[in-house]
Amino acid sequence: MSKKVIEVSNLTKKFGNFTAVDHITFDVEEGEIFGFLGANGAGKTTAMQMLCGISMPTAGEGSVAGYDIIKENELIKRNIGYMSQKFSLYEDLKVWENIRLFGGIYGLTNKEIADKTNLLLKQLNFEQERNTLVKYLPLGWKQKLAFSVAIFHEPQIVFLDEPTGGVDPAMRRQFWEMIYDAADRGITVFVTTHYMDEAEYCNRVSIMVDGRIDALDSPAELRRQFNAETMDEVFRQLARKAERE
Amino acid sequence: MKQFFAFVNKEFRHIIRDNRTLLIIIGMPIVEVLLFGFAINMEVQNIKVAFYDPAPDAFTADIVERINQNYYFNNLGYMQSMDDMEEAMRKGKLDLAVVFQQNFQEDLVHSGTASVQLLANSSDPNRGSISVTYVTAIIAGYQQEKTELMQIPFQIQTDNRMIYNPQMKSSYMFVPGIMGLVLMIICTIMTSVSIVREKERGTMEVLLASPLKQGTMIFAKTIPYMVISFIDFIIILLLSYFVLGVPVNGSLILLFLVALIYISLTLTYGLTVSTLVDKQVNAVIFSAITAMIPVLMLSGMIFPISNMPKVLQAISAIVPARWFIDAVRKVMIQGQGLFIIWKEVLIMIGMTIFLLGVTIAKTKKRLE
Amino acid sequence: MKTLKFLIEKEFKQLFRNTLIPRLIVMFPIMVLLVFPWAVSFEIKNIKIDVVDHGKSSYSKRFTNKVASSKYFILNDTPLDYQTAMLNMENGETDMIIEIPVSFDKDIVKSQTSSIGVAVNSVNGTQGLLGSNYIMQIANEFSTELRGELINTLPPKSKASIMNMPKIDIVPQYKYNPELDYKNFMIPGFMVLLLTILCGILPALNIVMEKENGTINQINVTPVSKINFILAKLIPYWVVGIVVMIISITLGYVIYDLWPAGSVIAVLISAIVFILSVSGLGIIISNYSETMQQASFLVMFFILILVLLGGMFTPVSSMPTWAQTIAAINPFNYLTKTFRMLYLNGSTLSEVSINLFALGIIAVVLNGWAVYSYKKR
Repeated sequence: MSKKVIEVSNLTKKFGNFTAVDHITFDVEEGEIFGFLGANGAGKTTAMQMLCGISMPTAGEGSVAGYDIIKENELIKRNIGYMSQKFSLYEDLKVWENIRLFGGIYGLTNKEIADKTNLLLKQLNFEQERNTLVKYLPLGWKQKLAFSVAIFHEPQIVFLDEPTGGVDPAMRRQFWEMIYDAADRGITVFVTTHYMDEAEYCNRVSIMVDGRIDALDSPAELRRQFNAETMDEVFRQLARKAERE
Repeated sequence: MKQFFAFVNKEFRHIIRDNRTLLIIIGMPIVEVLLFGFAINMEVQNIKVAFYDPAPDAFTADIVERINQNYYFNNLGYMQSMDDMEEAMRKGKLDLAVVFQQNFQEDLVHSGTASVQLLANSSDPNRGSISVTYVTAIIAGYQQEKTELMQIPFQIQTDNRMIYNPQMKSSYMFVPGIMGLVLMIICTIMTSVSIVREKERGTMEVLLASPLKQGTMIFAKTIPYMVISFIDFIIILLLSYFVLGVPVNGSLILLFLVALIYISLTLTYGLTVSTLVDKQVNAVIFSAITAMIPVLMLSGMIFPISNMPKVLQAISAIVPARWFIDAVRKVMIQGQGLFIIWKEVLIMIGMTIFLLGVTIAKTKKRLE
Repeated sequence: MKTLKFLIEKEFKQLFRNTLIPRLIVMFPIMVLLVFPWAVSFEIKNIKIDVVDHGKSSYSKRFTNKVASSKYFILNDTPLDYQTAMLNMENGETDMIIEIPVSFDKDIVKSQTSSIGVAVNSVNGTQGLLGSNYIMQIANEFSTELRGELINTLPPKSKASIMNMPKIDIVPQYKYNPELDYKNFMIPGFMVLLLTILCGILPALNIVMEKENGTINQINVTPVSKINFILAKLIPYWVVGIVVMIISITLGYVIYDLWPAGSVIAVLISAIVFILSVSGLGIIISNYSETMQQASFLVMFFILILVLLGGMFTPVSSMPTWAQTIAAINPFNYLTKTFRMLYLNGSTLSEVSINLFALGIIAVVLNGWAVYSYKKR
């Protein structure tokens, strides 16, 4: 039985009268690539923010990397990496400066940062961009860099919020290769996306509709259950019940 | 045309949805006009005065009493020694020391002259010299009375009338200044920040290729701001009239016209700023500095322009608020009409056109 | 502690990459201190005056000349009637009108008193007050001159009474500032103004900027503590403030020959405590704002209040009691007082310590609130 790195039970988030996340329950095993699917506005980002400890749940409980998300949220942060929709690198800092900042925040020494930076830039074939300000990088490169920064400190789990928005399929595939690499190294990957084809890359996926999890299993199983050829079709069947746009 | 109104509509809804900003934009002038209207007093008052009179007599007691009764002074009483005086003054506890010579009454009656020394704390020279002026006037009045009793000939008397502001209230001079200051800050920041924001985000609307389309878009954006600023002006005017008691002696329509022109001018200035900076932070700093400091210092809001060196008077001429404040004072307080303020109005319109030209030129250049 | 080092590094890099701000830090004090002290003066002089002389007699002409050559007045016009003069006043071409009656000369010679009508534009109340005062002074001087000349035309009894006319000599002494130089009084105020703007606005925009571009989330998911985050935001602006202060003190000396009569170290120390408060206020505003516009309006709102109710332009003692209470928690007020005492009165560090203490308390409260109001969740 694999270790569970994320366990969530009846997790709920309300904003006034609006229930963004409605009593969701699931868990994620170590080393998994877990896809958190759903349409825009389904509540994925809100749920992820609760898991990362930057949003307070209204009800329910959970633990990430062994720490309680309500009481020990600051301790969770030592063990996770994060990359958001907006890619969250500092546009007016150079590539190496961004890497150095986040490496330092997570406790790496100057030497460790320097060595790992060199290695990383080499692996990404990015050495000539070392001194480029992030705002001048093309979108696909920003994504790759943001992801690399997110796992620079080799966290237990990395949370990716819509990491592949706005780029061509070729770039997206390259990005997923990096995700596989990370998973191979033992990093659990929790990724949200509204691209249904990316579901196929995950070990298991959950589909959120109107704040609830309406389906949770491996992509193959789900296709069988819903008698569908693609995950897209699975989603559309579920979405017909959806009330939110 | 229809498209234009659709844009204006969209911008309006956008602004209204953001209640917090709206609250600040409306609330800020209200609080500030009230605060400053009631709190700012240019008059020199609460002058802490003390007396040193080693040999008091009827005359000196009389003078002391008159100063004591005077509205502008806080009588701290008699001091025991000049050293005490010095110390109190250095610590900031005493503003003015009145020192009588010995044998004041005797000398005045028998030889016709006696002297009083006034030591005024003049770190604030305005306060110091006005304190001296007040006491001089009081003593001169005392002297005058004694003179009249003796029926001294060759008296030239003056018959004084205060025009426009008989009670010499600070707020008459100051409130138009506050209007100019607050409106300029709000308008400049509103437009400059919102346009630069679009520039930063690379949002579609601002980056349209055709300058004409872009111009229309920007104009559509400014209209809601014009409406909000005008509402602000009306609120400030209502507060000034009903709460602060500043009169509106001239035509209300004229006042609105002047306000509209000034608002257009400041909004256009905000647009010009947006062509000069590339980040929101810089838009704010640039706007804050250029909208606040020159207005505080050079617009005639606090310091009279006629006192300034010629160079600064010239610079004052390019501070938009200066003309607005001039016009408002003339219309509101002095009850003047368009005939008198045509110069101010024309200058403000001219500035608006000039800034518009600069904005268009700079925008065109950027697109090439 | 090491985290703080990395964060501060980042903040400084971003600060210097901004095209405007580093230049502003140097140029703005220069511009302000070079130009604006020359603008400040409440003195009422160069009052534009119109003289309507109905009689045009020798004494009235003499009086007109006296007025024209006075340092207080500038003769604008000598219109033929009051209405024309009034038009000049409405236009703003003249500030004051004096009207000399037809019978001026006759009155003086025959009945020995005469009267002059004075009208002053008192929209500026002080101008009204002082303008009428100056004219009275000139009238009195003229009276004295007349007495001197015409004393021999009088009967002996009147002559005697003039000889014994009481005259009180008033000897003013303007302490601490005998030249009545307003600049010296205002320059310390300008220094406080510079600090308020640069160290108040910049922090207020900083955190909001991270909120707007999304990087704030990236920071919030890291183990960075609130205190480290906020300290890293503040420290660069403390440095900016000190730099601005050093530039200002130097400029004050170089341009105006103004050096603190008290200790210059005390000036720097008080500045530092002030910078702590005003930057803390900036962070608080940033924490409570969602957009740049909100933050900028809020910070301008507070800065205007700090400045206008801070005793720089109008004295706190002239304000109503409730406004003086606001001044009691206004750091601008304390620093202006302190700077003036140190620069002009030669006060010692201990004499200003009460003000420093107040500034210190304000700084602690504001910075505590800044840390408290920052939510990582």
